[in-house]
Amino acid sequence: METSAQNTADISHLVTQYKAVPGGLLPLLHAIQAELGYVPDTTVPAIATGLNLSRAEVHGVISFYHDFKTHPVGQHTVQICRSEACQSMGSRQLEAHAKALLGIDYHETTEDGAITLEPVYCLGNCACSPSVRINNDIYARVDAERFDDLMADIKAPVGEPK
Amino acid sequence: MSIYIPQDTTALALGAEAVARVLQAAGVEPVRNGSRGLFWLEPLLEVDTEDGRIGFGPVTNKDIPGILDALETDASSHHLYLGQVEKIEYLASQQRLTYARAGLGDPVCLDNYQALNGFVGLSNALQMDGQQIVDQVKDSGLRGRGGAAFPAGIKWQTVLDCDSEQKYIVCNADEGDSGTFADRLVMEADPYQLIEGMTVAGLAVGANQGYIYLRSEYPVAHKLLNIAIERAVEANFLGDNIQGSGKTFHLEVRLGAGAYICGEETSLLDSLEGKRGMVRAKPPLPAIEGLFGKPTVVNNVLTLAAISTILEQGAEAYQNFGMGRSRGTLAIQLAGNIKRGGLIELAFGVTLREVVEDYGQGTHSGRPIRAIQVGGPLGAFLPESQWDTPMDYEAFAAIKAMIGHGGIVVFDDSADMAAQARFAMEFCVVESCGKCTPCRIGSVRGVEVIDRIVANENRDDNLILLHELCDTMELGSLCAMGGMTPFPVRSALTHFQEDFFVQDAAGPLLEEATGVSPGGK
Ligand SMILES: Cc1cc2nc3c(=O)[nH]c(=O)nc-3n(C[C@H](O)[C@H](O)[C@H](O)COP(=O)(O)O)c2cc1C
Ligand code: SF4
Repeated sequence: METSAQNTADISHLVTQYKAVPGGLLPLLHAIQAELGYVPDTTVPAIATGLNLSRAEVHGVISFYHDFKTHPVGQHTVQICRSEACQSMGSRQLEAHAKALLGIDYHETTEDGAITLEPVYCLGNCACSPSVRINNDIYARVDAERFDDLMADIKAPVGEPK
Repeated sequence: MSIYIPQDTTALALGAEAVARVLQAAGVEPVRNGSRGLFWLEPLLEVDTEDGRIGFGPVTNKDIPGILDALETDASSHHLYLGQVEKIEYLASQQRLTYARAGLGDPVCLDNYQALNGFVGLSNALQMDGQQIVDQVKDSGLRGRGGAAFPAGIKWQTVLDCDSEQKYIVCNADEGDSGTFADRLVMEADPYQLIEGMTVAGLAVGANQGYIYLRSEYPVAHKLLNIAIERAVEANFLGDNIQGSGKTFHLEVRLGAGAYICGEETSLLDSLEGKRGMVRAKPPLPAIEGLFGKPTVVNNVLTLAAISTILEQGAEAYQNFGMGRSRGTLAIQLAGNIKRGGLIELAFGVTLREVVEDYGQGTHSGRPIRAIQVGGPLGAFLPESQWDTPMDYEAFAAIKAMIGHGGIVVFDDSADMAAQARFAMEFCVVESCGKCTPCRIGSVRGVEVIDRIVANENRDDNLILLHELCDTMELGSLCAMGGMTPFPVRSALTHFQEDFFVQDAAGPLLEEATGVSPGGK
């Protein structure tokens, strides 16, 4: 998670892998983000050159999609579903609770760098709402108490897989 | 004795992994099946016994020792015992075609798929020429399940008729509507069915490359699809010279990046090309100039999955289900504040009330149902007077509602419909592709105007303004994002007007305000 390392991050192997793939920009951006946690501005020139695009085009694509981050994020990304099905089961209260508990708003990261909070519009788990996604795991029927437990679980053993 | 515990998103989200671990610790290796879609019973543990396949649910890891004990003595004595799963009324009363296999076994086991009539449709298709396959699809009456309900056979004919070396099959697996999970369930519980349907589509129109555009919110589906594709390639159901036929079809999954608008087919194509997901003006139709400018079939997951059934069982068998011009079965997804949410596959024509009352058994909270939103975030909120509408494309259109992708979201009487109307506009602000001013700016204004109405600032003028804004969005938007966001807004205003006026001190203002006819302008 070291910013300095990522500022000079070498993504040439990824660019090489995707430059001949038709429509390869999105898969490339996903791959960069999977490796570095975000898509640093410093990687844009190499992406643009590799895929024969202008830097403006690459920036335009990165900014269009909610998934792509241009700044470092926390160790864990916590997404709360804001969609109608989850609202019908109290996700508005849940999001207020989560923001208060973590002391951050959406798109922010806790001071210790552990958690970034994001909204999400539907996790496809709408029969057992409210839903929360933590990294690649989805949790159903999350009320305030369950949310507290989930946060306690990911905060406790630092560095260990959940 | 086989024990099953699902590996689909919902079961996992409710603790299926912990259940599997406890089973393993007890020396039982569970089959990780897909879900049957009876989500109110997940995690649903199933066991093959002399009395058939029985179920327990919803289980937690703590229930496992007790269940294993009961299985040694008298299974029916356990408090979570459900009897034979296939006799559970919720499931037994369904008309399952697309979901006939869902939950039966390991979704990525090829032998299992073939043992359950998998790839029969493909081998039938390999005996036909392109036109014969397209004719089957036309005769089936199948209409696109992604929302627009366009006849699939006609779309395929257009692509077949194009003279081009390169054509594509694109599966729309962006499933962005809240309250929907039918695509996810196909991909997680029966992915080969989608692979088969796409391969048949390729044979029909002469396309040798397919893409599944999958939303990034579906990590489990992503994993399972990739495993299934790899195995299908190994077994030569995909790739070159499929089953010795000389035909080629390659398939790849591409991930979206969190943009609702990329479910709109032309935005999706731009996204697949590696661009911003901007909606394209039509014409040209994607069928003629689609992905990378080539003729392209874009179909929803369920449309393509239904192709496997149609080619396996015949067009006539399929079109015998349904009513009017809505043929076949509809994957109803019952969600939100509901006691028994899940996937309900039925022929078109069942009423909304039957679904929420008979299957759903009312709200999860136990309070009365107040409003039902059908067809995702662009669908109208329906009050009780409209719940007897049969689920049929035309019947819904007649009441200014839509079936869309078949998602039903139930709200109880604590719902604030003014807040929901505001959310509809807010969602449009967040997800608009930005091409049209009425959608991009109109939605921002919409949020502000609703706030003013609720705060009782110049309410009469603002109500008129909101309706004018809705008119402008409906008329001046290129796609349904801007064009249909007014549907939930107007329906909330028409049927749940009182929610917009709750902040009033009551008295004259309220009367004055409710005197405004929201529909009339
Ligand atoms: C804003 C918007 C979002 C859409 N989202 C989806 C979606 O998530 N999945 C889908 O299959 N179709 C979606 N559609 C419909 C597609 O544009 C298109 O009609 C569909 O993919 C065609 O496939 P079908 O004929 O099999 O339904 C959306 C349309 C609009 C206007
Ligand atoms: S209506 Fe909205 S989402 Fe659709 S094309 Fe216009 S700006 Fe884009």
